[in-house]
Amino acid sequence: MKYFCGIDIGASSTKLVLIDENGQIVAKSIRRSGVNYAEASERCLEEALSAAQVDRSQIAASLSTGYGRDNVPWSDGKRTEIACHGKGAYHYVRDRLTVIDIGAQDSKLIHLDEQGNRINFKMNRKCAAGTGAFLEEIALRLDLPVDRLNGLAENATKDVSLGSFCTVFAATEVLSLIRQGETVENIAKGAFHSVVKRIIEMGAADGQLVMTGGVAAHNPLLVQMVGKAFGQDVFVPPHAQFVGAFGAALFAREESEETG
Amino acid sequence: MSTATEKKVERKEFQSTGKMKAVMGKYFTELTQGPEQGKKTAWCTSVGPAELLRALGFNVFFPENHGAMLGASRMATDLIPLANAKGFSPDICSYLTSDIGSYLKGESPLQKMKLPGPPKADVLVFNTNQCRDVKDWFQFYAREWDVPCLGIHSPVGELSEPMIEDVAKQTEALVEPLEEVAGVKLDIDKLREIIDLSRQCTMLWKQVLESAAHRPAPITFFDGTIQMGPAVVLRGTQDAVDYYKLLVDELNQRVANDEAAVEGERFRIYWEGMPIWGKLRDLSTQFMQLQTCVVASTYCNSWIFEDLDPADPFRSMARAYGSIFICRSDDFKELYLQEMFEKFQIDGIVYHDAKTCPNNSNCRYQLPQRLAERTGKPYLIINGDLNDLRLYSEEQTRTNIEAFVEQLAGT
Repeated sequence: MKYFCGIDIGASSTKLVLIDENGQIVAKSIRRSGVNYAEASERCLEEALSAAQVDRSQIAASLSTGYGRDNVPWSDGKRTEIACHGKGAYHYVRDRLTVIDIGAQDSKLIHLDEQGNRINFKMNRKCAAGTGAFLEEIALRLDLPVDRLNGLAENATKDVSLGSFCTVFAATEVLSLIRQGETVENIAKGAFHSVVKRIIEMGAADGQLVMTGGVAAHNPLLVQMVGKAFGQDVFVPPHAQFVGAFGAALFAREESEETG
Repeated sequence: MSTATEKKVERKEFQSTGKMKAVMGKYFTELTQGPEQGKKTAWCTSVGPAELLRALGFNVFFPENHGAMLGASRMATDLIPLANAKGFSPDICSYLTSDIGSYLKGESPLQKMKLPGPPKADVLVFNTNQCRDVKDWFQFYAREWDVPCLGIHSPVGELSEPMIEDVAKQTEALVEPLEEVAGVKLDIDKLREIIDLSRQCTMLWKQVLESAAHRPAPITFFDGTIQMGPAVVLRGTQDAVDYYKLLVDELNQRVANDEAAVEGERFRIYWEGMPIWGKLRDLSTQFMQLQTCVVASTYCNSWIFEDLDPADPFRSMARAYGSIFICRSDDFKELYLQEMFEKFQIDGIVYHDAKTCPNNSNCRYQLPQRLAERTGKPYLIINGDLNDLRLYSEEQTRTNIEAFVEQLAGT
């Protein structure tokens, strides 16, 4: 059996997916990207190979994506995360799509046609507003682990608004809300609202809405809020945080087939 | 599995570039030595009435060119905060803030050429055809040195004959106060001669840029931003005309040999908006690695002034400088861009949304969307700035461009 490897070195974490010839995920691994991308990619690969009990020599092709896509010594090719999230999402929903990926430091909105061809895309502007980094900063201000935000936000009793584009200023607003006696639950939901606002201003939805990335994977309430803002249901693929790496693995398989 | 390696690429230099450096060096030397030789200096906006100033015997200095040099040398980002601290907002033109920062610190890229910094102005002459910031910029120096600041207030939108008449009258009204500073009377024949040289320069510059309509393009937008130097600062002189004749010959040779500026040219891009001066080399390299040629731009085209006519100096200057892209309506801009896309056989458009240059960021009122609908050509908007690299995200831009080329390739 031949295997294909996709690796997504993001600003915060490195995700790796191994697929077989049928496109089935046989193993995945994730770790902090840290400062040495080559090392992070190596350790992710070893972990996945060990979990799948696959030998390195059985990997027919590999492809890297994400900010560190140029730093994977063993990769056979590279694609941007825009291409890979689109590819991964289209694998699950073969229709006209709008893919929203919220990563640690950027968010993207990608339009694909019925055949999976990209029509256009947009990344967030320079700052971290509307990204995972924003939620991490807010969680820090609230003295909470970021993975508790969703549970707290689900118990919010009213909508509070964080008006600023700027993550640092929004964090200052959080301090002000704390001073005013606002509940942590309401503030957590306010932070989600802020992310949703940054997403909807990126562009319109066209076709089925799909959300990928770590923020969508871990925050079902935020996904629901994005759906409500766009006025339609959102599909979140399995292993949403790994969709970029999965798309990269699919590209590796496709290119391997093309080159024989 | 294998080892991925980034393709190494080198920009193809023009043989003529040596001559250009000599011509530009001569210009800057004469300019900076002018005051001690008793020559008067006029500061002029890049699309201002340079011909009139030359005809009156002034050495002409273009602060926007200095601004671009501050950007390209990456001195700007360190100098801008000095102007900010003096009350010039980080949100206004970063040519202005970097130039004023340069003045405040006494540092200039001219010093790298072993020349003193820009010469003090005896008079500053602006044209608001590009933006209002140039007037505020020049007025700072006018106050600083207690010298006159004169100018032309240009209309925005579609030029009508009464508007041209008005701008021509404003230009004519500059003559008397300028004669006073220059200490000489205007010789109209001298003005006609300079306008004729300016027109010759313009037509040769047009040929330079239009050579990129050939497949593969012999010149890129990035080359153009360097090669345009004489068209900006030396129009109206024989030196500029002679230089562009040389460059046109070299380009004709490249075209005849099908010599590509970007090896293996796969896609052709139009650049709309200001250059990102401090990142020209990086961007040029990235596009070369992607085998994608940025073949044309509105920016480089902006120094083509076909309306100049020695037979009708003032009215033709009014028409030429009043009809530049930047001060036209969106209706005109759309038609113009569509024509450029066709002429240069464009596959896609990159719009640069320059944070501190709203006037020359033509992607803020749905123009890209309307043009995409009309032409079917995909586009990308990148956020950045002409000079202030604090407003530029390296990774975001790199990924955006790479993803855009992937899209053009259908992957």
